[in-house]
Amino acid sequence: MADVNRGNRPLSPFMIGPYYRPQLNSVTSILTRVTGNALVVAGLLVTWWFLAAAAGPEAFALADGVLTSWFGDIVMFLSLWALWYHTLAGLRHLYWDTGRGFSLGMVNKLGWGIVGGSIVLTILTALIV
Amino acid sequence: MVQLTLPKNSKIRTGKTWPKPEGATDLKRFDIYRWNPDDGENPRIDTYFIDLDECGPMMLDALIKIKNEIDPTLAFRRSCREGICGSCSMNVGGVNVLACIHGIDEVKGDVKIYPLPHMPVVKDLIPDLTHFYAQHEAVMPWLETKSNTPQAEWRQSIEDRKKLDGLYECVMCACCSTACPSYWWNGDKYLGPAALLHAYRWIVDSRDEATGERLDDLEDPFKLYRCHTIMNCARTCPKGLNPAEAIMEIKKLMVERAV
Repeated sequence: MADVNRGNRPLSPFMIGPYYRPQLNSVTSILTRVTGNALVVAGLLVTWWFLAAAAGPEAFALADGVLTSWFGDIVMFLSLWALWYHTLAGLRHLYWDTGRGFSLGMVNKLGWGIVGGSIVLTILTALIV
Repeated sequence: MVQLTLPKNSKIRTGKTWPKPEGATDLKRFDIYRWNPDDGENPRIDTYFIDLDECGPMMLDALIKIKNEIDPTLAFRRSCREGICGSCSMNVGGVNVLACIHGIDEVKGDVKIYPLPHMPVVKDLIPDLTHFYAQHEAVMPWLETKSNTPQAEWRQSIEDRKKLDGLYECVMCACCSTACPSYWWNGDKYLGPAALLHAYRWIVDSRDEATGERLDDLEDPFKLYRCHTIMNCARTCPKGLNPAEAIMEIKKLMVERAV
């Protein structure tokens, strides 16, 4: 910053949570990023499973054991939710990109829509697959 | 750069608790951010108690009462007390507001008052807005023309004038920009919602003849495109404006001229 922080001036407190109230719009926004990053990890886990299947029975037994354990089940279930959430949030971004849906009422509806929609779709997917 | 914690010189200490007023029936507690540039110490939170029966209805009334009757060293900006000058913007109860048009009863329980977030503090509730104003100036917030100056005024149709509604009302209080996480992390290069709203106000003005140059200037990974539609700006704007929507309109114009 150009010549602004003169005289050891402190930085005023910020951060969503302790100092700025978390609101639906900001929470759904950061969740888009969090789910996107988490899905990279989930993608690597699935890749590991496929590579292990190609590598041989011992490697596959290990990967399959980890991924189908109770812990693996939780990770994969959360990844499923992350996938749906990220998809719906992406669709919301596409809708916004057309210049629509910017009123505060609509932003709230879209926010609850992607949260609720992702939960419903996750449960449906888990039941069907 | 992404920064999640406050630097060492900005960590907040517990400050002084001022005595409660005698015989008060409707007591409200105010925790207020204090920083004195002259004592070399870190910022602190001072606690004040006010009898609401003896105080005006707005947050600014409480601040003025504290300054007049309890602690004259408390520093804050204020002027018009009716939401048109944009001076008394601050973070109250976790959101950025103009203290003069934000009711004390809008915050349940104790009231926490901080300066606008992620800004260098001059004193107490007064942030340094030098950089914010420089960014406003950088979008050339004035009419740019190439044709000869008309005899009378630059004329505009009623329809074209309507396009400026929802844009011209901005009072430059900086509530939106300082509520924006993108502006917190990249405020040095990202122009922020306020400056971009003003940029769009001149881009969309039918009388302006520098639209291409204005768009050229914003065609930059940081100046415009750090907006991720988090919507904190529109959520917090005390004037009910929607900077995020104005920013998206600029992005749309960028696409339209590219295809």
